[in-house]
Amino acid sequence: MIESRGEKIFKIINNGLLALMAIAALYPFIYVLSASISKPYNVVTGKVLLFPKGLTFGAYKEVLGNMEIWMAYANTVFYTVGGTAVSMILTICGAYALSKRRLRGRKWLTIFVTLTLWFDAGMIPFYLTVRDLGLLDTRTGIIIAFACNAFKVILLRTSFEGIPDELEESVKVDGGNDLHVLTRVYLPLVKPALATVGLFYAIEKWNGYFWSMIMLTDMDKIPLQVLLKKMIVENDVQSEFAAALDYTSTISAETVTYATIVVSILPIVLVYPYIQKYFIKGMLVGAVKG
Amino acid sequence: MSHTASRMKPPNKSAKVKTGRGLGYFSLLIKDVYRDRMLYYLLIPFLLWFLIFKYYPMWGIQIAFKDFSLFKGIGGSEWIGFDYFKEFIGSEYFLRVFRNTVIISLYGLLICFPAQIILAIMISEVTRNGFKKIVQTLTYLPHFVSVVVIAGIVTTFLAPSSGLINLILEKLGMEKIYFLTNPDYFRGIYTVMNLWKETGFASIVFIAAIAGIDTQLYEAAKMDGANKFKQIMHVTLPGILPTIVVMFIMKIGSLLSVGYETIILLYQPATYEKADVISTYVYRSGLIDGRYDFATAVGLFNSVVALVLVVAANRISKKVTDASLW
Repeated sequence: MIESRGEKIFKIINNGLLALMAIAALYPFIYVLSASISKPYNVVTGKVLLFPKGLTFGAYKEVLGNMEIWMAYANTVFYTVGGTAVSMILTICGAYALSKRRLRGRKWLTIFVTLTLWFDAGMIPFYLTVRDLGLLDTRTGIIIAFACNAFKVILLRTSFEGIPDELEESVKVDGGNDLHVLTRVYLPLVKPALATVGLFYAIEKWNGYFWSMIMLTDMDKIPLQVLLKKMIVENDVQSEFAAALDYTSTISAETVTYATIVVSILPIVLVYPYIQKYFIKGMLVGAVKG
Repeated sequence: MSHTASRMKPPNKSAKVKTGRGLGYFSLLIKDVYRDRMLYYLLIPFLLWFLIFKYYPMWGIQIAFKDFSLFKGIGGSEWIGFDYFKEFIGSEYFLRVFRNTVIISLYGLLICFPAQIILAIMISEVTRNGFKKIVQTLTYLPHFVSVVVIAGIVTTFLAPSSGLINLILEKLGMEKIYFLTNPDYFRGIYTVMNLWKETGFASIVFIAAIAGIDTQLYEAAKMDGANKFKQIMHVTLPGILPTIVVMFIMKIGSLLSVGYETIILLYQPATYEKADVISTYVYRSGLIDGRYDFATAVGLFNSVVALVLVVAANRISKKVTDASLW
C-alpha cells in the first residue's frame, strides 16, 4: 500500500497523540509508585516528578508493619474470594434454569429477575432491609447482600442458550440428571463467559467501599478500600507524622498513603493485562443488551 | 430480548399447551414441573435472594409516605401522604441538587462522550497491532482502579501545600489554588477525573462498531480522492452513527443518575452548593442524619423521574434507529 504524504502526517500526529494519552493514563500511577519509594522531603517539595528521588522503603516498612492494613487486606481477599464464589453459585443456578426453554413459567421468572435492572428500591430501603435481617456489621452481610446481579444472570443465560439441546439429551440418555448436564456439559462449554462474569464480580468486590463503609463499624471487619478511605479522605494518618518532616525522614503521611495505594492496586495491575479481554467481552455484551 | 426468546418455543411444545387447556393442562403442568424439579431446586435460592434483597426493599419504599418510626416498623408506621415530597420540592435543596445533577451529567455528555468517540476513531486508525494493544491496555487501566484510590490520587495531587499540581503552579510562579474547597472548581475536577478514568474503557463499544464497517467503503472513498479526515467524516462517522445515537440516548436516560460513590469522597461542606447531587443528598439526609423516611421519598422521586427518562429515551431510540434497549 502506498501512503500519501497526507496519510503519513496523519499517522504521525495520530500515533503521537495516542502515545500522549497512554502516558497520561499511566502517569498518576507512576507518580504514586515513585513517590512511595522517595524521601518524603523530595515528595513534599516537588522534586519527585517522574522518577523516585532519595530511594527509601520507609513507607513500605510502615505499611507492612501495620496490623490494621494486614487485617483489612485479609478482609478484602476474603470478601472477594468468598463473595465471588457465592455470587457465581447463585448466578449459575439461576442462569442455567432460566436458559431452559422447556421450563414452565420461564417468561415470568425472567421478568421477575430483569425488572430489578429497571427499578431499584434505593439506598435507604435497602439499608433498612439489611438492618432488619441483622446483617449490619457482619461478614456474612457483605457477602450475601450483594451476591447476585440481574445483568450478569442474563449475560450467562445467553451463553447457556447457545448450547445445542442435543448435548443435554446425550447426558440424559446415559442416566444423568439436570445437575449432571450442568456440571459436565454446560459449565465446561461456557468457560469464557464464566470468566467474564466471575471477574466482573471479583473486581466489584475488590474495589467496593460504599456499603462496607455503611454496614461495617467493627475495625476488624473493614476491607482495604474502607481503610484507604479513612487514610486518604479523612486524613487519619496526617497527624501521626506531621511533626517528623525534615530532610532525613524516611516516612510521611503522603508517602505512607502512596505506599498503601500501591499495595492495594498491585494485584489488579499485575493480573489486569491477562484478564482484560474478558472485560472487553463483557462490555460489548453489555452495550448490546443495555 | 427475553421476550423474543420465550416466543420461540419449540413447535411441539406450543402445540401441547394449546390442546391441553382444561383438566389435561394442569396434569401436564404438574408433569412438566416434576420432570424439571431439579431446575426448580436450583431456582429456589436464586429467586429467594431476589425476593429478599431486591423486592423486600421495594416494600420498604412505603416509608416515603409514612412517619417512619423504628419501633413501629415499616408496616406499622403512620401514613402521612405526600408531606416529604412537598417538603423536598419546597426546600432550597430541591433546585440545588437538581441543577447540580443535571449540570454534572451534561458535562459528561458534552465532554466525556465525544472524547470516547474520538479516542475510538484514533485507536482504530492505528495500523501497527503492538502499539494499538499497548494504547488500549493503558487507557483502559484506570477503569479498574477503585474510586477510593482515584479520589485519593485526586486529593493528594490537588492538596494546597504538598500536592503535585500546586507545586508545579508554584514553580511557574503562580499562586496556590485551593482546588477542593473552592466550589467553582468542583464540577471541572469531577469531569476531568471521569474523563481520565472512563474514556478508554467506554471507547470499546465504538472501537467494535468501527471494526464492523465494511473496508470496501474506505477503498471506494480513497478512489474518490478522500483524505484521512474526509474518510473519517464520510465513512467512519456515518458507519457508527447508530451506535452513537443509542449510546447518546442511553446517556440522556441516565441524566439524573449521577452516582454518589465518587462525589462523597471529593466534596465537602464548602463545595456542597456546586457538588451536592440528588443521590448524595439522599445519602446525607438518610444515612448521616437518620431521616430514613424523608430520604426514601427523595430517592423515590429521583427513581421515578429517572425511570420516565429511560423509558422515553428508549422510545425515541426505537423510532430513530432499529436498536433499542428492550
